[in-house]
Amino acid sequence: MKVLKYVVIDILKNKIVIAYALMLALFSWSTFGLEDNASKGILTILNIILLTVPLVSVLFATIYIYNSNEFIELLVSHPVKRSMIWKALFTGLSSSLVLAYLLGAGIPVLIFADASTAAIMVVTGSLLSVIFVAIAFLSSILTRDKAKGIGVSIMLWLYFSLLFDGIVLFLFFQFSDYPIEKAVVILSALSPVDLSRILILLHLDVSAMMGYTGAVFKNSFGADGGLLVSLGVLVLWAMIPFAISLRKFRRKDL
Amino acid sequence: MIEIKGISKRFGKLQVLNNIHLQLKQGECIALVGPNGCGKTTLIKAILGMVLPDKGDILFDGKTIRNDNKYREHIGYMPQIGRYPENMSIGQIIEMIKGIRDKRDGLDTELYDRYAIGDMLQKKMRTLSGGTTQKVSAILAFMFRPKVLILDEPTAGLDPIASDILKEKISDAKKRGCLVLITSHLLSELEDMVSQIIFMQEGNLVMHNSIGELKKITGKETLAKSVIEILKTSAK
Repeated sequence: MKVLKYVVIDILKNKIVIAYALMLALFSWSTFGLEDNASKGILTILNIILLTVPLVSVLFATIYIYNSNEFIELLVSHPVKRSMIWKALFTGLSSSLVLAYLLGAGIPVLIFADASTAAIMVVTGSLLSVIFVAIAFLSSILTRDKAKGIGVSIMLWLYFSLLFDGIVLFLFFQFSDYPIEKAVVILSALSPVDLSRILILLHLDVSAMMGYTGAVFKNSFGADGGLLVSLGVLVLWAMIPFAISLRKFRRKDL
Repeated sequence: MIEIKGISKRFGKLQVLNNIHLQLKQGECIALVGPNGCGKTTLIKAILGMVLPDKGDILFDGKTIRNDNKYREHIGYMPQIGRYPENMSIGQIIEMIKGIRDKRDGLDTELYDRYAIGDMLQKKMRTLSGGTTQKVSAILAFMFRPKVLILDEPTAGLDPIASDILKEKISDAKKRGCLVLITSHLLSELEDMVSQIIFMQEGNLVMHNSIGELKKITGKETLAKSVIEILKTSAK
């Protein structure tokens, strides 16, 4: 806990987090200002959020972890548990990025959208921030080299944000003669970004925008069941990468 | 006090430590010497729990250090090259370590005062010279009155006055009954304080002797000359 205090103070002084919150605020306010229909505005914001939140979270967290090397080295020679250092970094990074998201995008969404839509947007956006911080922890423990680590993070973001839905669609056309709906549902659980999109669109009920995976999801689970399942999987997406990185960090030579 | 039981460590293809056994007792001042890259720093980092050995165990006061961190309360460590968070100031670093160790009373502030660090608490770590960074490391190592001092090239980068102050401090600690483990290439500096010597080469422990025995074996009068003699014979 003492460690966490110093991490949070350090991150909140960081100008990038402040710029990120301002950028989200600018996008959200101007979108709602331009669109007279709030649910159209939500869709625009959704697309912006699904691209920027993961990118900023994963990049900022990866760079921050590499720059914390000295901090980690300083602490491990003192009576501090290793897992505590790692958890403090994770909690500090997640909470400050979530805070930036809430201040930037959360406030306008809560003001303009109806309550339940706003709640889902806030929850998924926060979860996405945490998930991509966890992914950053995983990619930065995999390699000692900062440039490689940042590269891995960007590749993962690219994969989850842009390539994944394309791959699923491609597989669908290739195997369209077979009954593969179930496989597609399982596949979509493999990308947190797609899952978040499905989750929000299920709620908004705009099937035209849902994409292939979303449509299948709705057929398999119905709106409410799909919501719960996808939320659960998203939480797993935050926990598993971090748990793996923590295991590795405990055994890392510094 | 510290017992090292057959530890080995391999970094990729390189065997950095090879089955090292050592007994380090209280009140001794031990010089850890050997050519560059012989595994001195890795051995120190293993004792501190920063590097986890592949095989073997290290006992501190009879208890294994594996999955433990409490024993580090008793260790003051001065790294070879102190690496600190760049945008923290000296004052913040010292405050943070005090907070983490949860110790604010009865601290040893002698080095803090003699190095006049109080005048530059606002300075950021990245603006400091190598010597000043070393001073901060030294202050932190001695501040909590540890039973064990581990000093990796402590005087490198310090000006003669600062280095003299530090040497006095090390002698005092030894008299108080601390275990001091020290690596240095400047052997003449260690001459009057060292009581034992550990010599390592390519990850192997070559010898662990008292200074008296060392001088007898090599037939030289000073520590520096004896070590050079050993280095030459082992190189052949």
